[in-house]
Amino acid sequence: MPTDAYFHLREHRATCAAAALFVLLFAVYIAKHQVGWTVPVLTTASNKAVLLAIVAMAQTLPVLTGGIDLSVGMVFVLANCLASHLVVGTPMEAAFGVVVVLAAGALCGFVNGAIIVYGRLQPIITTLATGIVYFGFSLGLRPVPGGDVQAGLADALTGTLPGGIPAMLVVLLAVVGLVWLPYRRSVLGRAALAIGSSEAATYMSGVAIGRTKIVTYTVAGLLAAIGGLLLTFVTFSGEASAAIGGVYTLNSIAAVVIGGTVLSGGAGSAIGSIFGAFALRTIGDLLFVFDLEPLWQPLFQGVILLVAVSVGSLRLLKLDNRLDLFR
Amino acid sequence: MTALTLRLRNSGHLPVVAGALCTLGLLLIGSLYSKNFLSSDYLLLQLQIASFLGVVATGAMLVILLGGIDLSVPWVVTVGGMMSTAAAGWWGGVGEAVAIPFGIACGAALGLVNGIGVAYLRVPSMIFTLGINAVAQGLIVLQTGGFAPQDRATPAMHLIATGRSAFGVPNALLVWAAVGAGTLFLLHRTTLGRSIYAVGNRERAAYLSGVDTRRVTLLCFVIAGACSAAAGVLLTGYSTKAYQAMGDAYQLPAIAAVVLGGTNILGGRGSYLGTIVGVVMITLLQSILSVMQIPEMGRQVTYGVVIIGMLLIYGRGQRHSD
Repeated sequence: MPTDAYFHLREHRATCAAAALFVLLFAVYIAKHQVGWTVPVLTTASNKAVLLAIVAMAQTLPVLTGGIDLSVGMVFVLANCLASHLVVGTPMEAAFGVVVVLAAGALCGFVNGAIIVYGRLQPIITTLATGIVYFGFSLGLRPVPGGDVQAGLADALTGTLPGGIPAMLVVLLAVVGLVWLPYRRSVLGRAALAIGSSEAATYMSGVAIGRTKIVTYTVAGLLAAIGGLLLTFVTFSGEASAAIGGVYTLNSIAAVVIGGTVLSGGAGSAIGSIFGAFALRTIGDLLFVFDLEPLWQPLFQGVILLVAVSVGSLRLLKLDNRLDLFR
Repeated sequence: MTALTLRLRNSGHLPVVAGALCTLGLLLIGSLYSKNFLSSDYLLLQLQIASFLGVVATGAMLVILLGGIDLSVPWVVTVGGMMSTAAAGWWGGVGEAVAIPFGIACGAALGLVNGIGVAYLRVPSMIFTLGINAVAQGLIVLQTGGFAPQDRATPAMHLIATGRSAFGVPNALLVWAAVGAGTLFLLHRTTLGRSIYAVGNRERAAYLSGVDTRRVTLLCFVIAGACSAAAGVLLTGYSTKAYQAMGDAYQLPAIAAVVLGGTNILGGRGSYLGTIVGVVMITLLQSILSVMQIPEMGRQVTYGVVIIGMLLIYGRGQRHSD
C-alpha cells in the first residue's frame, strides 16, 4: 500500500533527480579541482550559478502554465543596464534604485502577461517581440558598456558570510522563500499548474485564468530583474548585449527542462530549475578542471545538453500503449 | 463590407490580405522618406535580400505547421555556409562542383538528427533543436579552430546569390521561387503535405488514421535543415565569404515572418502564400528602419512594437467561451 511519503517523493522525483545530477557533477568538479573545497572556489561558483538559477526560476513560472517567456534574458539585461544607472550613491539612493529596477522588471512581465491575456496572442511570439523591445530600451540606457554600482552593497552580496557561506546562496534562499514559496502555495500558483494541465478544464472550473497568467508573467519579470540586479553586483557595470540576453534565455529553458519541469506545462517546480541551472553551470566549469582543449568546449556543452534532455526518453521503453506517444 | 470581411475570415486568407495591406503601407511610409522606395531597382534588391530569409522561413514554416519549432536555425545556416566553402577548399576542382550540395547535405544531416530526437525520442522540439544548435556551433568551432578551412565563396555560389538573369531578376529570387513552388506542391498536392497539416492539428488522430506521423516529422526536420543550410550557401555567395555566427540574424525574423503570415504557431493551419507576404513584410520593415535616421534603440523598439501591433490587428486567438 503506497503511503503519503511515497506520493510526496514521487511528486518531487524530477527535482530530486536534478539535485542528484548536480551533486554528482559538483563532486567530480571539486575532486578534480586543484584547490578543491575552499571558500573562494565556492563563492565564485555560486556567484555564477545563482544568476542563471534565478533566471531559470523566472522561466519556470510561464512554463508551468504551458507558456514560455523568451524575453527573460532581455529583462535580465534591461535590469542590469537600469541598475548600473540607479543603484549608486548613498545607501538610501541605492535602495531606492533597487526598488525601481525590480518594479521595472515586474512591469515588463506585466506587459507580457497583459498582451498574452487581453491580446490573445501566443506567449512564444509575444515574448519574442517584447524581448526585442526590452533590448531596445537597454540599448537606449547603455549604448556602450559602463556604469557603476554601489560598492558596499555589491561586496556584501557577492562576498562570503561568516562561516564561509557564499552570500549569494543566501540571496537565492531568500528569493525562494519570499517569491517562489508564497506563489506556489497560493491559489494563483495552483491555478497556474492547473492551466498547464488543461486550460479548458481550468476555465470550466471557474478559475480566473487571465488574472493567474498576468500575475505569473509579472512574477517572472520580477525574478528576471532580480537576476539582472545581481549581475550588476557581480560585474560592477551595465552592458546592453543581445548575446548575453540570448544565452541566458536559452540556458534558462535548458535548466528548466533538466530541472524536471515539463515544457508543455502542468508539472514541475522552480526548485528543480535551480538545480538544473547549477548542473548546467558545473558542466561548463568541468571543462576547465579536466584541461579539455578550449576548442572542444562548445561541442561538449551541446552534447551534454542533448544527452540530459534525451534521458527522459527512457520512459518510451516501458509504454503500455503506443498511442501514449502522441498528443 | 461586413460580408466581405466575413468571407475573408472564413476563407482563412485574412492574414494574407492584411499582411499584403501592411506591406503596401510600409512601402508608402518608406516612400515618404525617399522616392527610391517605389523604384523597381530598390524593390528587386529587397526581394533579393528577402530570398535568404524566405528560404529559411520555408523550413521554419514546415516545422511550425507540425506544431514544433526549429531553434537550430542560426548555426545550421552557418554550417551550410562554412561546410560548402570548406568542401571547395578540401577537394579542389571536384570540391567546387560539389560545394553547394555538400553544404546543403550537412544541414540536412543536422535536420535528420533533429528529426530523430523530436519524432522518435519524443523530446520537445524547442529544447532538442536548441541542443543541436549548440552542437552545430561546437562542430564549427572545432572545425575552424583546428585548421582554418577556405572560407571564400565559389564562383558558382557567388553567381547564384548576386547574379541577375533575364529582365534583371535576381538569381536568388529564382532560387526562392523554386523552393516556394516545391513547397506549395508538397503542401497541397502530396500525401506528405496533407499529413503535415494532420499531424499539426492532432498527431494522435493522424496516427490512428494510418499516417506514419514520426516519419512525417522526421522528413519535415530534414527539409528544414536543408533549407537553413541552403540559405547559408546563398548568404555566403552574397557576402563572398562564410563567417561564424552568420545565421544569428535569421532565427527571430524567420519565426516572425511565418507567424505574421498567418501560420498558427501551435501548428495545423497556415498557407505558404502568407509566409511569402510575411517574409517580404519583415524585410521591408528592416530596410525602412535602417534607412530612417534614428538611433539603434528606436529601431529595435519600433521593430518589436510593429510586430506585436500587426499580430494584434489580425493574429489574435479565440476566446475561451468560443
